[in-house]
Amino acid sequence: MSTASVPVPTALTRRKPPASVRRRRFLMAVANHSMLIVAAVVFLAPFGFIALTALMTNGQALSSHLWPNPFRWQNFVDVFHQAPIFRWALNTMIYACLATLGVVVSSIPVAYALSRIRWRGRNLAFGLVLIALMLPPVVSVVPLYVMWAKLGLVGGLGPLIIPNWFGDAFSIFLLRQFFMTIPEEYLDAARVDGCGELRILATVVLRLAKPAIAAVALFSFLYTFNDFFLPLLYTRENPSRWVLQIGLSEFRSLHQVQWNLTMAATLLVMAPVIIVFFLAQKAFVEGVTLTGVKG
Amino acid sequence: MAEVRYVQATRLYPGTDAPAVDALDLDVHDGEFMVLVGPSGSGKTTALRMLAGLEEVDSGAVYIGDRDVSDAPPKERDVSMVFQNYALYPYLTVAANIGFPLRIAKVKKAERDKRVKEVATLLGLSEYLERKPGQLSGGQRQRVAMGRAIVRVPSVFLMDEPLSNLDAKLRVQMRADIAALQADFGITTVYVTHDQAEAMTLGHRVAVLHEGHLQQCGPPRELYERPANVFVAGFIGSPAMNLCTVPVSNGAASFGGVDMPLPQSVVANGRTSLVIGVRPESLEVAEEGIPAKVDVVEDVGADAFVFCSTELGGETTKLVARSEARKAPRQGDRVTLRPRADEALLFDPASGERLEL
Repeated sequence: MSTASVPVPTALTRRKPPASVRRRRFLMAVANHSMLIVAAVVFLAPFGFIALTALMTNGQALSSHLWPNPFRWQNFVDVFHQAPIFRWALNTMIYACLATLGVVVSSIPVAYALSRIRWRGRNLAFGLVLIALMLPPVVSVVPLYVMWAKLGLVGGLGPLIIPNWFGDAFSIFLLRQFFMTIPEEYLDAARVDGCGELRILATVVLRLAKPAIAAVALFSFLYTFNDFFLPLLYTRENPSRWVLQIGLSEFRSLHQVQWNLTMAATLLVMAPVIIVFFLAQKAFVEGVTLTGVKG
Repeated sequence: MAEVRYVQATRLYPGTDAPAVDALDLDVHDGEFMVLVGPSGSGKTTALRMLAGLEEVDSGAVYIGDRDVSDAPPKERDVSMVFQNYALYPYLTVAANIGFPLRIAKVKKAERDKRVKEVATLLGLSEYLERKPGQLSGGQRQRVAMGRAIVRVPSVFLMDEPLSNLDAKLRVQMRADIAALQADFGITTVYVTHDQAEAMTLGHRVAVLHEGHLQQCGPPRELYERPANVFVAGFIGSPAMNLCTVPVSNGAASFGGVDMPLPQSVVANGRTSLVIGVRPESLEVAEEGIPAKVDVVEDVGADAFVFCSTELGGETTKLVARSEARKAPRQGDRVTLRPRADEALLFDPASGERLEL
């Protein structure tokens, strides 16, 4: 048997695109980057302002000085002396974490039942979820407040956390849309292999839907972390239950306004959100793109 | 190991008028390899899913062994299934995928590992056990899916077009592997395909379905040589059988001017026309016969299929003949085709049923 001679590979000479094409590509790149730089400056400017002011002395803050001189790192220590930031942070974490856990735990089974189990009235139930999604939250505030007041829970974190354990329309919708994209064959295979519906949910669906669940958890965490209205409504009268957002607002109005300390506190409050977003950016973006839902 | 029986089993999807599977009566013997075949929408996959417990049985019953499983959930039926897209969990390794049914059945880890290894060795997957399905080729994924199905040694083995995503060469190889595996284990197997080559080569018996009705069930050779009706005759065989409605006079059928004598039993009830079925290999290019014009010649190696047009009873009719590749006519040639009268099949034009000669 004869073997065909193998051609010796030669170094690839890359073809240079014509000058007109190169020029067009260069101009496009310049245009794109200019746009991005302008957008970045617009978004970063307030952040930069906060960060710089947080490092100024009280005299420099909101003056004509843009650059702190000297850098006063002590501001971050003083904030803790002037306000119970740890207490507020703890309340915020209790609220954000328990509410997020509640949203995830309660929304997943509902979304599964609305997407992957056939039952009479399923579409009607999904319609109700959509209606709940479209209902402005303000509409239900007064009756809910009356209810919590009658239960004697106003003033604590209960009214903030408990409703999240009964499902959240947006999360149910987002998860349902994602569950619909999971090929039915995965679930059928699990059924034939001996799984019941709960087992399928726990061993198959949760694993396949990780990006969507992460997105739901992130949305919920960020929403509750930044929430101002509900904590104000339910805990305004009880400073020991204030969350960071309320504390920050009160910090400004209670004391004589010290802008450098206010900005230092603001920076501390913003930090967790920014850190969470950076760490979970991938899951966040994946979850949103996979479900085709905008947050 | 168990036999499977469909007794008047019917599935009517909500919101539709026509049942997807209509009063299916079918027995699959213990250890038999039964192939369900039919065109898209024939109800073959629905029938399989009814057996798996993934579709409801709206009327009638499905038995596995002596047990009526019509209302039993899938996990209580002791069946395993290979899906068209394999349905391997992307987040589990090959070993975990194969061992999944055992994990669900709470088999101890040591025993589970042992069985997974045995199956992997059998299927030539030993070196891939720690990989994820995404890192495997189509053929390997297919074998993992097979492994997951056999690791539990079920009573009945179900396969839903398991080879349709593979390339032609791999498909032929896997076909042989599946046949060998089934023969080794002797597990009753129900296999769904739309590919009649798979049906004919794999099945001990083949059941042909059309629009939810069972048309015929029998060994592949019987289906080919003695199709029950016009549908089966046209569906089994490639290229399809030539089926033409021809007039009957003086005890003979006139097929494009060629008189084919008919037996007394066929002529007796005064029929004036018949459907005549001639396989391409029973229609030869000859000196005399039905005049036709060659449209296309398909050279398939040793043989060539000659696709022709002819005038029968005032209508243009397409006919296919088989010829030796070297002697095949060319496109545009005028030829004459002669049917072998003794190999022709006759069908009743009204009911489509084959007439016994």
